[in-house]
Amino acid sequence: MPEIRVTPLGAGQDVGRSCILVSIGGKNIMLDCGMHMGYNDDRRFPDFSYITQNGRLTEFLDCVIISHFHLDHCGALPYMSEMVGYDGPIYMTHPTKAICPILLEDFRKITVDKKGETNFFTSQMIKDCMKKVVPLNLHQTVQVDEELEIKAYYAGHVLGAAMVQIKVGSESVVYTGDYNMTPDRHLGAAWIDKCRPDLLISESTYATTIRDSKRCRERDFLKKVHETVERGGKVLIPVFALGRAQELCILLETFWERMNLKAPIYFSTGLTEKANHYYKLFITWTNQKIRKTFVQRNMFEFKHIKAFDRSYADNPGPMVVFATPGMLHAGQSLLIFKKWAGNEKNMVIMPGYCVQGTVGHKILNGQKKLEMEGRATLDVKLQVEYMSFSAHADAKGIMQLIRMAEPRNMLLVHGEAKKMEFLKDKIEQEFSISCYMPANGETTSIVTNPSVPVDISLNLLKREMALGGPLPDAKRPRTMHGTLIMKDDSLRLVSPEQALKELGLSEHQLRFTCRVLLHDPHSDTDTLGRIYTHLKSCTISKQRQGPAEGKLRQGELKGN
Amino acid sequence: MAAHLKKRVYEEFSKVSQVTLEEVPAKKLRLTKPSKSAALHIDLCKASSPTDALQHLLNFARKPVEAESVEGVVRILLEHYYKESDNSVRLKIASLLGLLSKTQGFSPDCVVDDAINTLNSEKSNQVLAQLLDTLLIIGSQLPDKIAVIQRLIDVACKHLSSTYFGVRNKCLQLLGCLGTVDKPLSKETDTGPGAQTSPVRDVQSVISDFFQDQDPRVRTAAIKAMLQLHERGMKIQQTIYNQACKLLSDDYEQVRSAAVQMVWVLSQLYPESIVPIPSSNEEIRLVDDSFGKICHMVSDGSWVVRVQAAKLLGSMHQVSPHFLEQTLDKKLMSDLRRKRTAHERAKELYASGEFSSGRRWADDAPKEKVDTSGVNLIDSGACGAFVHGLEDEMYEVRISAVEALCSLAQSSPSFAEKCLDFLVDMFNDEIEEVRLQSIHVLRQISTHITLREDQLDTVLAVLEDSSRDIREALHELLCYTNVSTKDCIQLALVELLKNLTKYPTDRNSVWKCLKFLGARHPTLVLPIVPELLSTHPYFDTPEPDMDDPAYIAVLVLVFNAAKSCPTMPALFSDHTFRHYAYLRDSLSHLVPHLRLPGRKQTAGSGLEVSGVGSGSLESAQNFLQDSLIRVSALHNLETPGAQDLLEFTIRDLQRLGELQTELAGSADFCATYLHCQLLLTKALQEKLWTMAVPLCLKQNAKVSTAARQILDETYKLEFLYSGLETQQIATIHNVRLQAKALQLILTARSKQGVDRVLGVCEKFLQDVESFQRLFMIELPHFQDSFVEKLLELMPRLTACKPLDLVKILQTTLRQSRFIHLKLPEQIHRASATIIEPTGESDNPLKFTSGLVVALDIDATLEHVQDPQTTVKVQVLYPDGQSHIIHPKPGDFRTPGPGRVRLITQVYLSHSAWTEACQIEVRLLLAYSSSSSKQSVSKPAWNESMDGLPSSESCIEGTIHLSKPVKVFIMPKPTRR
Repeated sequence: MPEIRVTPLGAGQDVGRSCILVSIGGKNIMLDCGMHMGYNDDRRFPDFSYITQNGRLTEFLDCVIISHFHLDHCGALPYMSEMVGYDGPIYMTHPTKAICPILLEDFRKITVDKKGETNFFTSQMIKDCMKKVVPLNLHQTVQVDEELEIKAYYAGHVLGAAMVQIKVGSESVVYTGDYNMTPDRHLGAAWIDKCRPDLLISESTYATTIRDSKRCRERDFLKKVHETVERGGKVLIPVFALGRAQELCILLETFWERMNLKAPIYFSTGLTEKANHYYKLFITWTNQKIRKTFVQRNMFEFKHIKAFDRSYADNPGPMVVFATPGMLHAGQSLLIFKKWAGNEKNMVIMPGYCVQGTVGHKILNGQKKLEMEGRATLDVKLQVEYMSFSAHADAKGIMQLIRMAEPRNMLLVHGEAKKMEFLKDKIEQEFSISCYMPANGETTSIVTNPSVPVDISLNLLKREMALGGPLPDAKRPRTMHGTLIMKDDSLRLVSPEQALKELGLSEHQLRFTCRVLLHDPHSDTDTLGRIYTHLKSCTISKQRQGPAEGKLRQGELKGN
Repeated sequence: MAAHLKKRVYEEFSKVSQVTLEEVPAKKLRLTKPSKSAALHIDLCKASSPTDALQHLLNFARKPVEAESVEGVVRILLEHYYKESDNSVRLKIASLLGLLSKTQGFSPDCVVDDAINTLNSEKSNQVLAQLLDTLLIIGSQLPDKIAVIQRLIDVACKHLSSTYFGVRNKCLQLLGCLGTVDKPLSKETDTGPGAQTSPVRDVQSVISDFFQDQDPRVRTAAIKAMLQLHERGMKIQQTIYNQACKLLSDDYEQVRSAAVQMVWVLSQLYPESIVPIPSSNEEIRLVDDSFGKICHMVSDGSWVVRVQAAKLLGSMHQVSPHFLEQTLDKKLMSDLRRKRTAHERAKELYASGEFSSGRRWADDAPKEKVDTSGVNLIDSGACGAFVHGLEDEMYEVRISAVEALCSLAQSSPSFAEKCLDFLVDMFNDEIEEVRLQSIHVLRQISTHITLREDQLDTVLAVLEDSSRDIREALHELLCYTNVSTKDCIQLALVELLKNLTKYPTDRNSVWKCLKFLGARHPTLVLPIVPELLSTHPYFDTPEPDMDDPAYIAVLVLVFNAAKSCPTMPALFSDHTFRHYAYLRDSLSHLVPHLRLPGRKQTAGSGLEVSGVGSGSLESAQNFLQDSLIRVSALHNLETPGAQDLLEFTIRDLQRLGELQTELAGSADFCATYLHCQLLLTKALQEKLWTMAVPLCLKQNAKVSTAARQILDETYKLEFLYSGLETQQIATIHNVRLQAKALQLILTARSKQGVDRVLGVCEKFLQDVESFQRLFMIELPHFQDSFVEKLLELMPRLTACKPLDLVKILQTTLRQSRFIHLKLPEQIHRASATIIEPTGESDNPLKFTSGLVVALDIDATLEHVQDPQTTVKVQVLYPDGQSHIIHPKPGDFRTPGPGRVRLITQVYLSHSAWTEACQIEVRLLLAYSSSSSKQSVSKPAWNESMDGLPSSESCIEGTIHLSKPVKVFIMPKPTRR
């Protein structure tokens, strides 16, 4: 039986360094090629030696597909393509292709320039790697080679995030990447048609969470910012440069617009300006509101949000500042935080998760005195708020996607093992399909039942139609008579006569006879007549020619 | 001699012209009848190629065909149909047949046979489908011919087995439109190739067979046909419920969309029947089951289906409350633990009194552990449907979800309470339409709910919105809101005052809002009165500024609360009483009458007015009736004293209208009508009638102004008042005819040339005719009236010469009796007030000449019918230039029934002036006398509309709707 084999090199029962190998119909595909944020050693990148011990990967992989620009989905790409060696096509959507190199370059700078690592990919390598990229459009079917085709669907996680359908013959796999089923201020919801893939590989970050309405969160956020600004306080929002930051910017921008507020909003990072540029360009990838109104005004051309300068932090009066990084562990956000921490009128809003040990984590846990470098302590008097804005599908969203796509099998990646277990049970229970959750390096095989296309001659089909029953039943399977000819590479179903003609054979007729001895007191003709009437009475369709046969037998009977 | 000759020539001419007038329509008909079909025939015969023929047919289709000639055309078309070999031409002919049989006054029986015959011999599937469509049209033209319909149904059943989807579609459509459920189809059904097992089948089961068709278009058509059956009042069996439910998960969106509707229809038909839940042995009501299923569709992949599902949910009022409340609960769960929603938390925090404290990190930490097996992620159907709907990506879905919430909440108070939080959240939507809609919805359900402090807080935050519509909708909402504590009142007041300072233009709206807020919550206002008025038990506080809008706002709140709280005035300080007296006079619509101790004189005068106001509606009505009866006792207005009586009655009625606002419409109406009569009588009594023609020029002027005035008044009577019955309109037209007759006579007397009079005469006769046409039924009421007499004389009038006509008119006018007005039940006078600009500003609006300046206009209109098309803005410049501006339809808003708000911008421009000067701005009501007369019947051939001339006697004009407002402007010369 044909089968689809899936091996996660990363993101199997884990979050980070997404990299999944899929073998389908004799093709090998790598889905995502990410790095792990938590490690600084070899574990940072997926273990490509699993594919081959020595040499380049080109001959083992038919293509690489990147779902979106987050580093845990594309961070290892230059390493794989340039340092390990891969020359085949890399597929990603246009926005991903545009933004990905910016992030990779930033990542490289931090690792090489700041931490001083060697043996890392260079800027040139990033450029070379990007040359191998083939861009995708939404819902565009791309033929990788004659048999393998891929198609991207909207995923709504970040700008340009896509889910990919991979199809070989009639076998297909859908890989979701990260996706979001509830629309937000700048992106729409993920959508897929009822493509009924053999396997759906889905992320499961929030496998055990059902979130409440996003409107509550938004309202809370706006209310807090508004109140602080009205009070004359300053608001600090530490963010990562791309993704959520844009959503919050739009949220604040529209709110400022609506409420006619005058307090300045600043955004502190050079990286974002470049990225914002791309957000402005890729309007088709955003949500309904932005798409409909961009002719009058592009939502990403912020009227109220200006670039931040270090000197602004000391300006009097209320202001809102977005600053990187998001966990307050270093950089500008920490600098501003130190300046503002002493005033209880001010506020810091943490829009995301903070790793243990960072300043962010400490203040979220209510620490009032922080030890700074050089024995100085910092009194935290400002208000600290936490608010989760996250763009992953929750359990209900995952279920909704399954309902939309109607896969025959399910495979969970990009999540914690315990949570996956729970969701797996749920999926199996509700959809009665089998669900898998392989760990890294573990291979899962899924047996498929691909349909084999056969050409059928038109004459045969017409003849069957003429014979056949009512048309509304045409969707049901139907048996028909014909001859299957397997010749060269093709399969054909033709009528027996034509098959004989084509193959140059003459028709043979087989006749089965058997001898039955009857002990009957009646005369011969009488017996014959009785047998004949009896046969006639139990005639069923197969024995239409009963009377004729009866005569045959009659003759034979006579002989005996 | 020459003059005599000239006259004769004119007379001859006039005769000729009248003859042509009569004969033209008849001739036209005779000419067109043969030409239509003949021309078509020739065209089609001449056509060398199919494309040519098609072109001819297309051209032919653009022109209308009279009912009499339809049959001939049909014959010719059919003839060509049989000869034609090209599919597209045959298709067009078939569609033309359908169009033709829609012609009014043509009975398509005769086409049926031919159409069915052609159907039997037709090979092309597309033409077949078109023919079936034609049959459908024919069938719907002949709803009561059972035999024909039965034949059509048989034909449709026969073609149901076609392999082409279009044919099946049309067959199903035909069955849906014409089939009947009660009667089983005849046996002929069985002639289809698939031998059916049951000999007798009804339309419904035939259609439901196609729910499983292989083509999605046919599936859709089948469901639509079923819905069509339902719409025609046929009883649909419950048996198809399961099939319909299966179709909800169809691959194609149009099928799902139709199926949702089908399920909804069934749920409305059989709400109480019991259906089993698959996979368990429980049973639930059908309406609950279908509610769950439709809720499921709110998270469908296609937004069209989502919109539809959300809309339909709103109309399922019979669903049990248990299911209804599920729609708002998403079953929150975090790391396997049940988590409370933010709303629940807010409620609890509020209950425990610690609401103001911010939310802490990891506050979401869930408490109870959920049973893993008990958590059902999706199958619970209704669960969270509205949460999804309100969060949807497409605003269309969100709006329909909000609407559905509204209609469900209106029927269930407990649900209203629950959905409050969600609606309040929608105030924060990114699309303004959605925000506005949710505010309106909240207002509609506000009778069921009381806002908690935290909810009110969220609601009030929207007051700072920069969109005026939103703010005003919110003020409207606050007028109807119940709040729970005195803090809420204070909060609302503070926010409203903030709003007032930020957007001073909202003044009126804010005051009105506070008026209702105070009147609604007197007991809550009472404890905060000292604080509001900033009085102090021992010390005198400075007297606040009387012109401060914020202070007025506070006073409005307090006074309205004091109305039903007699203890409150004791808390007022002296200046408050003074301010009360001032406000009571200046803003009497906002400040109610109060019984104030020791304030006799103000209270006294107030009592008098209010006494008249409250108890006397009935007596005022009686008074109105009495005066009308008194007037109707007059038969001849020329008797001495009659005119005095009329004058007094008019004065009385006008005064009554001022006093009694409920009766203002009727009283004004009567007064205006009587005024017309008075003017008419006076005009007829002038001496000029006895004088010789050349002597009376001066009197002439007087009478002609009277005639002009009467005409104007009649237009006002007809178009300014709503709620008139045809009898009144006929009466008004009678007066108008009289006025016109008067004008005619005057023209005849003053002008010497017969040619001018001739035209006016003809016009007048046309008017009389149209009166007869329009008010045929009302004629019995017009005994002895001018019109009746005129109609009696009509044959003579049309024949006689203009000068004779004038003479006849003169006598009839003087002899005719005055018609008494019968007062209709409800008459409202259309009125408008311009709120902005106020006309008080002394600062001229300066702009550079040649450029434009935008003037904001804010006006309320009352009882104006169809304001979008009738209301115009007029700008009158000092040099007599006047501009009429049509406001955009979007500038009209309807805050309440009968009330319309016009907020628009008018662009002004002028050449440079040496100093600032005032322009006048006012609202006009445009009317066209033809529009009310004839309900234009649309011809069956829609394409031919453009060629028709608009109806012959169309009089356009405008009536002043509001008082003019003066605006100071100053166009400055351009600087070079």
